[in-house]
Amino acid sequence: MSAQATVVQDGVGRASSTARRFPILYVQAVSVSFDGFQALDNLNLTIQDGGIHCIIGPNGAGKTTLLDVITGKTRADAGTVFYKPLGSISQLSEAQIARGGIGRKFQRPTVFENHSVFENLMMALKCDKGLKHSLFGLLRTAERERIQEVLGIIGLRDQADRLAGGLAHGQKQWLEIGMLLAQEPQMLLLDEPVAGMTPAEIEHTIGLLHSLAASRTVVVVEHDMEFVHSIAQRVTVLHEGRVIADGDMDQVRSHPKVIEVYLGDQ
Amino acid sequence: MLARLMAMHSRRAWLAFALAALVALVLVPALNLAVPAGWPLRLPDYLVPLLGKFLCYALVALAMDMVWGFTGILSLGHGVFFALGGYAMGMHLMRVMSGEGHYRSQLPDFMVFLNWKELPWFWQGFDQFWLAALVILLLPACAALVFGFFAFRSRIKGVYFSIITQATTFALMLLFFRNETGLGGNNGLTDFKRLLGFSLSTPATKLGLYLTTALVLLLAYLACRYIVTSKLGRLLCAIRDGESRLLFLGYDVLRYKLFVWTFSAFLCGIAGALYVPQVGIINPSELHPAGSIEMAIWVAVGGRGSLVGGLLGAFLVNGAKSWFTVAWPELWLFFLAALFIGTTMFLPRGLAGLKDLLPWARRGDSTEVRR
Repeated sequence: MSAQATVVQDGVGRASSTARRFPILYVQAVSVSFDGFQALDNLNLTIQDGGIHCIIGPNGAGKTTLLDVITGKTRADAGTVFYKPLGSISQLSEAQIARGGIGRKFQRPTVFENHSVFENLMMALKCDKGLKHSLFGLLRTAERERIQEVLGIIGLRDQADRLAGGLAHGQKQWLEIGMLLAQEPQMLLLDEPVAGMTPAEIEHTIGLLHSLAASRTVVVVEHDMEFVHSIAQRVTVLHEGRVIADGDMDQVRSHPKVIEVYLGDQ
Repeated sequence: MLARLMAMHSRRAWLAFALAALVALVLVPALNLAVPAGWPLRLPDYLVPLLGKFLCYALVALAMDMVWGFTGILSLGHGVFFALGGYAMGMHLMRVMSGEGHYRSQLPDFMVFLNWKELPWFWQGFDQFWLAALVILLLPACAALVFGFFAFRSRIKGVYFSIITQATTFALMLLFFRNETGLGGNNGLTDFKRLLGFSLSTPATKLGLYLTTALVLLLAYLACRYIVTSKLGRLLCAIRDGESRLLFLGYDVLRYKLFVWTFSAFLCGIAGALYVPQVGIINPSELHPAGSIEMAIWVAVGGRGSLVGGLLGAFLVNGAKSWFTVAWPELWLFFLAALFIGTTMFLPRGLAGLKDLLPWARRGDSTEVRR
């Protein structure tokens, strides 16, 4: 499927800013195997700029491995990942890719528990991340204000001085999303962002994701179809390291192979 | 900038720092010089180099705390950097007394003993203080930089890293034990006469060395405190708590680890160089793995991640060691073991953790690990 065709297909009746979409990330023929297990098998995937793109699939489909390859945690055995602002990113380090604008949220909330909420955001904040600046640089007023703004968005303003370790599970998830916001990535990869959340917290998170997607690309890896249905503008289904379906939610749901995989799995 | 420097400590902590500086730089010399001999308050001459030795150990504890307490890298081989600094100083001291040794030779005594006819290449130039000083400042740091680069780039962590550092110090000890290495074999370097023209046997020189060490320690403490209260300090703790998370925030963790690791080795090398003229000898026993483990114990007992804890631990453990090895030498190792096990079990944050029990210190500094 060509990128042009996708733009048209994707634009139907969805988010308003679809007119000027272009691919931001292109995964080309990527294969990864661990000890003989083929986690990704000649996988091709295009992600358009803007909006929410969900990647779903049963356990072991290769969802998390795909995120690992994109963020530089795992090196692909074959194939290349292109990211529009940087070009090929297959050989870059995690830190370089992160500075290039790809943010990632892990499955389990990973905030720095011995640091305050404010410090967590300060470390995440988009700024010079070099050694010299960390040693001699001071927090500018604009940066302080930006942290306050993020604290407002994630609803943790009155918890700013609390140690992150003392927060409730859902609050930690939001803090992590707040850290990603502060990082100001162009593209945000979220691995199961609502795992272990209460229904009320899920509601709040859906709202957060929509506001995030207004100005950047959000990629969500999830296996909860209900949740995917409520947020996704475009869905890619993985199975055994390959893409088996790609399109909007209704197309994907009616795809015979998807039905087979999901029914066969249960 | 001044505001930033003042923010390194609370007002109360600055007061405590000033008090400690006053005791180290004024009170101790005054008790030694101004109080007549025989008075109970008089600090005897033999105690001055002992205190100086403790200050060197305290400097090592600071260095250990930076890498272990704050960054979570447990080195069991810091004796390497201490010994490298110490040997560089020892080589200088040997060279400036050429012609005054037992054999009245231009070569150090042990070379005459081994029937060597000329100075090995790496001894050249050590008669110059500036060159020795340069080696002291650069060699331990460079060694750490190279070792750290390969270890951290391969993402060697935790107990594996500790074991490698331990093996390194052991290997270096075996190397330095050999006469062919050219550093005095198992006797090491000793019988020093003078440094920068001052005779090492006079009380005044000993006091001068003590004061230099105290000054260096105070400055090193301020430098460490500056680092841990900067954003870099928060990042070091973040490396300890969740290194991979930090990578995905865009930080080059390798550089940060290399920085703190090299800085730590730098401090350790200086400590070794100050130690040698005060103790009068440097030999391969400084490289014994047990020595490097003891350095970690000082920090564990004093309390990791608080700087002051490491200083306390170094004074306490070494004070106890000096006393025990005179009073009950056979009990010392039992006491050390009990101290280590006791703090690990009952005081996971070491003696510095007791501070929170004080009613006026409930709110600690935000840089210190709480909970």
